Amino acid sequence: MASVLVDIQKLRKKYILGGGFLQNRSRIVRAVNGVDLQIFEGETLGLVGESGCGKSTLARLLMRLEEPDAGRAYFKDQNIFAFSYDDLKTYRRHVQMIFQDPYSSLNPRKSAISIIQEPLNIHQIAGRKQNREISAQLMTRVGLSHEQAKRYPHEFSGGQRQRIGIARALALQPALVIADEPVSALDASIQAQILNLLKDLKKDFGLTYLFISHDLNVIRYVSDRIAVMYLGCIVELADKNNLYQTPLHPYTRMLLAAMPSCNPQKQKREMMIQGEAGEIGDQGCNFRNRCVYKIDICNRLIPQLRPYRERGLCACHRTGEI
Amino acid sequence: MQTLLEIKNLKTVFSTARGVIKAVDGVSLILNTGETLGIVGESGCGKTMLALSMMRLIPANGRIAGGEVLFSGQNLLSLSEDEMREKRGRDIAMIFQEPMTSLNPVLRIGEQIAEAIRLHQHVPAKEALFLSERLLAEVGIPEPERRVKDYPHQLSGGMRQRVMIAMAMSCRPQLLLADEPTTALDVTIQAQILNLISDLKEKNNMAVILITHDLGIVAEAAQKVAVMYAGKVVEMSEVEKLFSQPQHPYTRGLIESRPSGCADTEANGEAYLKTIPGTVPSLYDLPAGCRFSERCALAEDECCVLEPELLEIENGHFVSCFVSQRIVK
Repeated sequence: MASVLVDIQKLRKKYILGGGFLQNRSRIVRAVNGVDLQIFEGETLGLVGESGCGKSTLARLLMRLEEPDAGRAYFKDQNIFAFSYDDLKTYRRHVQMIFQDPYSSLNPRKSAISIIQEPLNIHQIAGRKQNREISAQLMTRVGLSHEQAKRYPHEFSGGQRQRIGIARALALQPALVIADEPVSALDASIQAQILNLLKDLKKDFGLTYLFISHDLNVIRYVSDRIAVMYLGCIVELADKNNLYQTPLHPYTRMLLAAMPSCNPQKQKREMMIQGEAGEIGDQGCNFRNRCVYKIDICNRLIPQLRPYRERGLCACHRTGEI
Repeated sequence: MQTLLEIKNLKTVFSTARGVIKAVDGVSLILNTGETLGIVGESGCGKTMLALSMMRLIPANGRIAGGEVLFSGQNLLSLSEDEMREKRGRDIAMIFQEPMTSLNPVLRIGEQIAEAIRLHQHVPAKEALFLSERLLAEVGIPEPERRVKDYPHQLSGGMRQRVMIAMAMSCRPQLLLADEPTTALDVTIQAQILNLISDLKEKNNMAVILITHDLGIVAEAAQKVAVMYAGKVVEMSEVEKLFSQPQHPYTRGLIESRPSGCADTEANGEAYLKTIPGTVPSLYDLPAGCRFSERCALAEDECCVLEPELLEIENGHFVSCFVSQRIVK
């Protein structure tokens, strides 16, 4: 068994929306609502969920771009929320991020090579000249040519920009890369190129990925294990094949049924897909208003994430019955 | 089946600072009553401009340079602007990707739907409001009598798209143009909206043109598919044919590069995805010959010189590729 690289324990983060001028009532959004999650060294953990389920907030908490309300997260047995400024700087050498939007995540006034070189300079990995060389090598590694080094972000296509973002994330040779929807903004024919590249780099650099996406097809391709998130909570966590072949949680089933399958013979769905995500009170299961398997207990008790027969974890009162 | 829409050799060009580009370059399509045609392609392939050209709503720096758009036998391109305005909304309605920017943020949704109704039908304001309530119920919005008084910002993305659909359905159009109607939505909401569109289509015997970048959506919702690349249709056929026997190398590449999903194969951890090398060419700088030739593994000398035409290689299956045309022959 691989060792635990990241151990997230009961992490919580809420935001208060509104309540300002002209707004009579503030609303609390529990973006991350008690998440327990472990990431093992060398694996790709896929995190899937719909918009607003808290997956990006979880990533930002892990990067310590946000402070949590409660809970802890350990990176190699160190609590990342107890880090001093210096500790944090070291931590960020080991944990890097790839962003969704390759347009807004690159500085438009810097050339491609300086963007890649910046983290090397900040962390003073080597002298400027040597850093330049490292960056040039990285550019080649992610499939960009030397002639492109001096060009600015607007001169690149979306896929190439994402390659720059990837090179920048790898510059410090991190242990963990958090990829937040890295291919969602790309066209279909480019997505596959980037996914293959990420797969190659994982092998070469010995990376661990936390791969966040709303696209179940992409998640299936890249992940070893998959966590399904719904309204701030992990509702199911399982190995890839288990999750796709025998999904336990009704929400996972709904997601899989809603996924366009590329098979014209299946124009009719087998499952009812109803309702929209929204918090429905402090009691009971958050998914109950959309769930076709709802019973009385779902109104009263919040289901806990529990193991089910070696096949993964599921937070549903009726795990195994349905 | 009756032909509802026939597009013949439609060309739309844009004059920009960097020169003239052909966004839609000789597209021909046929759509029957009650049929759903999926138009699929990557960003910049001209699929949206094709739809806007049909509606004669292209931006000011563009113009329709040639071709015909025959709707029930009438060429929309030769109508006067007043006549065209009559058609829009009444016979052909359109819904867009981002429902928030298509709705007026300072008007209650009931009023906005009523406006669409009163534009084409002579009904009193009160009755129009009542009709808009019924339309909201029809598109599956709960408590429509309360919701008509809501403003767009009070609704979720999925609900806003339902409002757009209600508005589009207000005059029972014969043709609905849906431009990426679910791209901004979550998968579970997307599935609901696609179901809604296909239900309404069945009920009203309406034709639908569904523009999308997602092959999965096409497979799910369309009967016929046209694949666009750099301003041209490169392949067109029945949906089953397209997925079981894609002929154009670009179509094949798109289907094969989709992670799993397709053909429901088991995604193997070690396997690589097939890719299409390179990127879509810029419309300012198109390669000579076939526009896909630079990225195509099958390209021959001929492909880099001559441009293939869209030819029918089998009943109802059109391809513009020299290599596949020859193989089938």
